[in-house]
Amino acid sequence: MAMVSDRSPVPRPITHPWTLGLLGILAVLLLWFLISASGSVDKLFLPSPQAVWQAGQREWSSGMLPKDLLASVQRVFIGFAMSAGLALPVGIAMGTNPVICRLLEPLMGLIRYMPAPAFIPLLIIYFGLEELPKVLLIFIGTFFFNALMIMDAVKFVPHELVETARTLGGRGLPIITRVVAPYIAPQVLDTYRINMASAWNLVIVAELVAASEGLGKRISLAQRFLRTDEIFVGLIVIGLIGLAIDLGFRLLMRRACAWAS
Amino acid sequence: MHLQVSDVSKTFGHGRAAKQVLEAVSFDLHAGEFVALVGSSGSGKSTVMRLIAGLDTPTSGMISLDGRPVRGPGSDRGMVFQKYSLYPWLTAAQNVAFGMELQGRSRQEVRERTSYFLEVVGLVDAARCLPRELSGGMQQRVAIARALAAEPRVLLLDEPFGALDIQIRESMQEFMHQLWQRTGLTALLITHDLEEALLLASQVHIMAPSPGRIVRRVAVDLDRSSMADLRLSPSFLSLREDLARTLRGLDAQPQ
Repeated sequence: MAMVSDRSPVPRPITHPWTLGLLGILAVLLLWFLISASGSVDKLFLPSPQAVWQAGQREWSSGMLPKDLLASVQRVFIGFAMSAGLALPVGIAMGTNPVICRLLEPLMGLIRYMPAPAFIPLLIIYFGLEELPKVLLIFIGTFFFNALMIMDAVKFVPHELVETARTLGGRGLPIITRVVAPYIAPQVLDTYRINMASAWNLVIVAELVAASEGLGKRISLAQRFLRTDEIFVGLIVIGLIGLAIDLGFRLLMRRACAWAS
Repeated sequence: MHLQVSDVSKTFGHGRAAKQVLEAVSFDLHAGEFVALVGSSGSGKSTVMRLIAGLDTPTSGMISLDGRPVRGPGSDRGMVFQKYSLYPWLTAAQNVAFGMELQGRSRQEVRERTSYFLEVVGLVDAARCLPRELSGGMQQRVAIARALAAEPRVLLLDEPFGALDIQIRESMQEFMHQLWQRTGLTALLITHDLEEALLLASQVHIMAPSPGRIVRRVAVDLDRSSMADLRLSPSFLSLREDLARTLRGLDAQPQ
């Protein structure tokens, strides 16, 4: 692997990306602490970091936070798994077959620009207030982006790679599974990573509108009782999960697609 | 083995936008021969290659292999592209095995032939390397091994050394010549490098552009026992100069 180590020499500890990233977060935490400690902002609007930490502990030990967390994570994962799973074959079909592409691209381009939250009223009318409409919202909000981005990735597969396989006697499905799919795998994972963020936005929006549990629901309840500390807890937890998922995708990509890094 | 290209023409586009890129191209290739098509860019030589590979279809004329018309790509015509044709996620050995796996050969056979052909191209030590860890010359040798391993009846080389540095190109030409002598393969080489064509091929066809056509055919009968000597021998140099004049004359013509 001698050919890949031509990056800058070993970075000094302070300029290491992780150190700098942590510094940025700590700076904001410190600022938050100083402002709330100075007493210049009403506690009701800006709870102190300690108060938020305590609220978090309280919600965790009462079992509320784990339950909300599980509900939201479950919705995101089911909705996004459906979206990702269907977008892969559809995106590949659109990328490899011009007829399918011409048929679907305008339609999907149109729906993509309809804001997914605007579908909530319809989904509630059709499917009520249970799990299905929330999962479907995540599906609607991410499927078209996933499919179109995968289609684009397929269109950038070098012709030589496909033509080589054909001159070696390959045709039909093996070209897709053995040439196209491995080549686009890194971009597909990146597509999923990016659109996962929308899935999290949408689950919170759906829960704000109608839900009996979930992180979004907790935030909207906290608003009703002016519990800004609990709102902060919800926001921070959502951010942390998003970050964890993002890192998970990056790790998966580095492991599974080492050739592309 | 008899590859027959007879009276092949190719036009891209329709109506006013139509552009004829090949006009009545004919030549033959028999088992064990090494034939080169030489021409500047725009002479349609790559199009000839794609038509033979079955990646495109001629507008008129006929291409046949052992009497059977070519109707699409197939493993009887192996192709080596100028670049970007190794699968970047597969190791050198996996790249060589790729075609044989598509052909559905047994695991045992794939394994044996993979190591055999890696040895043929001198890359046993690089078997587990990814393409990006290999130099350009090594990558092309893997591509050649992969094409040969699928047992083609004719090997199509589309400017295979065109993207390489001059020193590496010379050593690859030497390698290609030895490979041809050792394995008795049948090859069609496309190149714009006259010297390369004369070093490797027993038959050289010179192509002219707009539309692409063969304007001169030369049988090359040179002593190839030492390539270094050959490059400097008077007969080689005079033949090269003679053909270079033909090519220059073509470029000078108004199009």
